[in-house]
Amino acid sequence: MKRKTRRLWMVIACVACIGSAAGLTLRAFSSNIVFFMAPSQLKAHPPAADRTVRLGGMVVAGSLHRETHNGEPVNAFQITDGQAAIEVHFTGILPDLFREGQSVVALGSLQRDGDFTASEVLAKHDETYMPKEVADELKRTGKWDPRFGKAPDASSWDTMTAKKPASDTQSLKTGG
Amino acid sequence: MFGPEQGHFALALACVLALVQFVLPLWGAARRNGRMVALAPYLAVSQLIALAMSFACLVLSAVRDDFSVQNVAANSSIAKPLLYKITGVWGNHEGSVLLWTLILGLCGAAVSVFGRNLPDILRARVLAILGGVSAGFQLFCLLTSDPFERVFPAPMDGQGMNPLLQDPGLAFHPPILYTGYVGFAVPFAFAVAALIEGRVDAAWGRWVRPWAVAAWCFLTCGIALGSWWSYYVLGWGGYWFWDPVENASLIPWLTGTALVHSAIVVEKREGLKIWTVLLAIATFSFSLSGTFLVRSGILNSVHAFANDPARGVFILGLLALVIGGSLALFAWRAPSLTSGGLFSPISREGSLVLNNILLCSICAVVVTGTMYPPFMQLLFGRTISVGKPFFDSATIPLTLPLLLAMGVGTALPWKRAQLAKTFSHLYAATGVAAIGVVLCFWKLSGILPVACGILAIWVIAASVSDVLRRLGLGHTGVRGMIARARSLPRSSWGAALAHIGAGIVVLGLCGMSQAEHAIVEIHVGETRSLGGDDWTLLDVHDRIGPNYKAMRADIAIHHNGRLVTIMHPERRDFTTQNQTTTEVSIHTNLITDLYGVIGDRHGSGANTTYVLRLHRNPLAPWMWLGGLVMAIGGAFSLSDRRLRVGAPKRSSIRNMARA
Repeated sequence: MKRKTRRLWMVIACVACIGSAAGLTLRAFSSNIVFFMAPSQLKAHPPAADRTVRLGGMVVAGSLHRETHNGEPVNAFQITDGQAAIEVHFTGILPDLFREGQSVVALGSLQRDGDFTASEVLAKHDETYMPKEVADELKRTGKWDPRFGKAPDASSWDTMTAKKPASDTQSLKTGG
Repeated sequence: MFGPEQGHFALALACVLALVQFVLPLWGAARRNGRMVALAPYLAVSQLIALAMSFACLVLSAVRDDFSVQNVAANSSIAKPLLYKITGVWGNHEGSVLLWTLILGLCGAAVSVFGRNLPDILRARVLAILGGVSAGFQLFCLLTSDPFERVFPAPMDGQGMNPLLQDPGLAFHPPILYTGYVGFAVPFAFAVAALIEGRVDAAWGRWVRPWAVAAWCFLTCGIALGSWWSYYVLGWGGYWFWDPVENASLIPWLTGTALVHSAIVVEKREGLKIWTVLLAIATFSFSLSGTFLVRSGILNSVHAFANDPARGVFILGLLALVIGGSLALFAWRAPSLTSGGLFSPISREGSLVLNNILLCSICAVVVTGTMYPPFMQLLFGRTISVGKPFFDSATIPLTLPLLLAMGVGTALPWKRAQLAKTFSHLYAATGVAAIGVVLCFWKLSGILPVACGILAIWVIAASVSDVLRRLGLGHTGVRGMIARARSLPRSSWGAALAHIGAGIVVLGLCGMSQAEHAIVEIHVGETRSLGGDDWTLLDVHDRIGPNYKAMRADIAIHHNGRLVTIMHPERRDFTTQNQTTTEVSIHTNLITDLYGVIGDRHGSGANTTYVLRLHRNPLAPWMWLGGLVMAIGGAFSLSDRRLRVGAPKRSSIRNMARA
């Protein structure tokens, strides 16, 4: 086995492996990337029914109630970003840190009837912590400017209105 | 004597000692100044003493409930049990950075003590590099995340620790995991020292491998422990979430595994030198960026400790310095390293190369999946995430050839192999794997789980048959085999054990892919069945714990009318933190885990219902047991005589003569 032949073998092996890795990654990306959306974005640009998205926002105070579908307990609540609220259905036990008026992220898909079916609901470990996505959304819609102190109390969220309509053009830019 | 100020001073002292340890030995080695070179081990040990003192001060402040210390006030409280007062020290950002530097100091001291047979100059350079890294992180600790900061006025009681973190599993998870992360600093330092020296030979491979194996063992244990913790504490029924924090430990594990294997080639055949040096640098770089990028909140996740930009800038600078510096040195010096022995693609070396390429490809996939979302966020402002489906579909197809090669590789001889002869060694393993095919198609569903299951059985069978072949099965009698077992190098036993462990882990993962669960809402006395078991909710009652109130359920599980177990899942309400936790109840017979969680209570009186989540997880314990077997295999190979004593004497004489 000459040095040159060995090098050739190594190069072939490397190219084959890295190439298949890249191929697999791209294929997996194209079908498995999960976009984060706020309720208003979800309403404005509804994704395909089988597409998984992460829906983030605050749980509307007083919206949590329970239903039973086919003998399984379903938690129903609304998630809001201050612009729009979406009804979310989740079968299972809500995480320990789930509170009305606090931020959550729901993983699932939008149904034809406009409700969101979550397969997973995440609440953050720290109760004073706000998911970055939600904080960004708050800033984007003009409800909170970090320069002027702490974030507004979450329970007041769905009753607030945006400061100026100019945020709509912004949402087009960042929302797409 | 052990107040926070003393601790702060000790930390500053350690930082200065580390700086001296960085500068003097390097200078001495360049100038061939024997005194400066000889100073390195003493500096490393004294740095460790100062760090231990500093850490002891922080632990004592927590034990004494000294709430004038900001860190203690924010993370502890009087009511917290003593064990968690101690372990809570590293449950937060500042404390964990201090623990990190303490372990790095420990590594330096270990090199000084166990590295007596290294050439003096090499040891001095290794210690200098470790000192430099140490100094950087101690500065980080002192300047941006001081664990000894005082508050005035001191609060009467602390804010307490997140009840989720009050768990013995988590208490020992960070030290073990950090030892794994930090342990890779030693191979890194060896690599940088070799680049400075411009020489990598078989002896270097023999010196660096035990350190890499030791770090790898700890990292393996740490990952397994972390996964086990999230399985039984978080109560989601899952074991791995492809969370950035978890990936941050998996990435260095992958390159570390590659390093442990490629160092064998350096040691035995003097091949793959440049590649091994690069792997050593990459592994530690991934460890560093894993711990600190994640901790600084750049990759946002549920685990993020700190969200402070000053820290972020400092840590990014430090990372750029360490990683960029070592890579620049690599680019400059690596071409001077000559490559060694020739081998054909079908040989032990060839299989190790394939192992390395595949491990690095998997690593590249995991890195992409972990870094792509934050980069998209940073560059284009789009928030996306990738999760389990992505990682499953991208990594498993690459794992399959890896498992296949694992079985073949150990049966191949060095340099050149004859395929026919090799396959004659593998008949037995192939036979077992054929039985595995039947078993997997019968028990598992889905293409990938079946394929992984078959290959895992293949790996285990091939490893066992390899050991038996080396023991001379069929050639010698029982007595001869025992004699051969005694003389068989421990590293061979270790390799076989580690491979069997990997097979067991994969089987556990395959089993978990067949897990079943049900979410039910039932009255007391009702029964539901899941996977052949009948789960009956016998009773639910309230219980008062030391700092919580709990709702405790009694669930009886019958299998074909025979009582299997009565389990008691709990839901605990921590009033001070306004937080609830679920205490999972798990019954295991090492084949199947029965896993019960109690959720909310609804209604009142006779109409009260409870939400329960019931899981049946086949082979779940195998995932962690397999991890343990892998680590034991690593430890076995560490205890090999050849790794501890050997050739170094000769070259150290040569070095001294040169000096």
